[in-house]
Amino acid sequence: MHPAAREMLLSAVDSGWADPVRLHHEGRTARLLLDNARAVLADAIGVRPDELYLTTSGTTAIQAGLSAIRAARRRIGPAVVHTAVEHSAVLHSAGDEGVEVGVDIRGRVDQEAFARAVQQPGVAVAAVQSANHEVGTRQPITAIAEECGDVPLFVDASASVGHDAVPEGWSVLAASAHKWGGPAGVGLLAVRKGTRIAPAWPMDEREDGLSPGFPDVPHALAAAAALQARLSEAEELNKQHRAWIDEVRRRVQADVPDVEVVGDPDDRLPHILTFSCLYVDGEALVTALDAEGFAVSSGSACTSSTLKPSHVLAAMGVLTHGNVRVSLSRETRYEDVDRFCQVLPGIVQRIRAEVGM
Amino acid sequence: MSVELDCRGLLCPLPVIKLAKALPSVAVGETVTVLADDPAAAVDIPAWCRMRSQELVESAEKRYVVRRVS
Repeated sequence: MHPAAREMLLSAVDSGWADPVRLHHEGRTARLLLDNARAVLADAIGVRPDELYLTTSGTTAIQAGLSAIRAARRRIGPAVVHTAVEHSAVLHSAGDEGVEVGVDIRGRVDQEAFARAVQQPGVAVAAVQSANHEVGTRQPITAIAEECGDVPLFVDASASVGHDAVPEGWSVLAASAHKWGGPAGVGLLAVRKGTRIAPAWPMDEREDGLSPGFPDVPHALAAAAALQARLSEAEELNKQHRAWIDEVRRRVQADVPDVEVVGDPDDRLPHILTFSCLYVDGEALVTALDAEGFAVSSGSACTSSTLKPSHVLAAMGVLTHGNVRVSLSRETRYEDVDRFCQVLPGIVQRIRAEVGM
Repeated sequence: MSVELDCRGLLCPLPVIKLAKALPSVAVGETVTVLADDPAAAVDIPAWCRMRSQELVESAEKRYVVRRVS
């Protein structure tokens, strides 16, 4: 968690504990604090405070947003047109009504196919992520928005908010506080004025029915403090991350034979790099890197609970085994980046030697 | 001569490793057939062919036919 978020959370636990819809003094204080958090978050996203709803996670923001748009447009049709590399929360929300559009080897959506799919009859909503959470590739949101016509465009910006500029042209946008150094348990759902929504579940008086239940004011404040602090550091930090990721990309390709670095090399998030090592078991690689003090993710099947490879890597048609995702945080130092590049070739060589490669 | 590898029950990267080891044993123009039921093989065998510039002749029903090109 960002230190600014931690500090805010500790003080807000004392000052913002009450229910903001109550009329007593503590309730009014909580209401003021919640309004303040909402104003900060809305400003960062580029919407008005009354266009921004707080949910209990990025996933609930995605589920609430998509189902509320679909319910409002049920007379038009049920289909959710989405890219093949969306977060699983989008895929689960779309369910049987999902119309999947493929991506190229860098993970970028086929824009022509997407436009054709959106222009079919019966489409409730189009869903495209701002950038991919596993490989960092950005999607051309503004260009896609122009093709959507009357169909609302839902953008899952969870991977990019706090790390990259918020794109233009969407009707509804979702984000997740823990991705920018805020606490877990806070999601954002921005709904542009004029977008028809109809919450499809039992509603209460909170968040216009989009997120029922007693709101967590201290965590909302911590999320706002983290985003504000993250954005004030963004220019310098993003430049640094971009340079370091470029270096990791270059050194991994130079020093590890038979490695495939995936995702767009330029039009991408600044802080993520993903690569796959031929003939290497992903679980063994993650474990060996963990022993060296590096916490990395993997899209390899052996590292997932379902034993299926990452649907993102599969949709791109890139190697899914021996996969590693490196994410830089604000705490990452150049020494960490350098040491990662130094230890990786030996680890890969050792794991390959164990299987005679 | 063509070779058939039964990799059913094996998880990736093992089917790809066996394919990589077997391919040099066939002549250029001949094929290696891999039977593999790990869902990752459906992505990784075609990806290996692309990275290694070998030809994926057929890929269906958990059966992959790879022709040695070089």
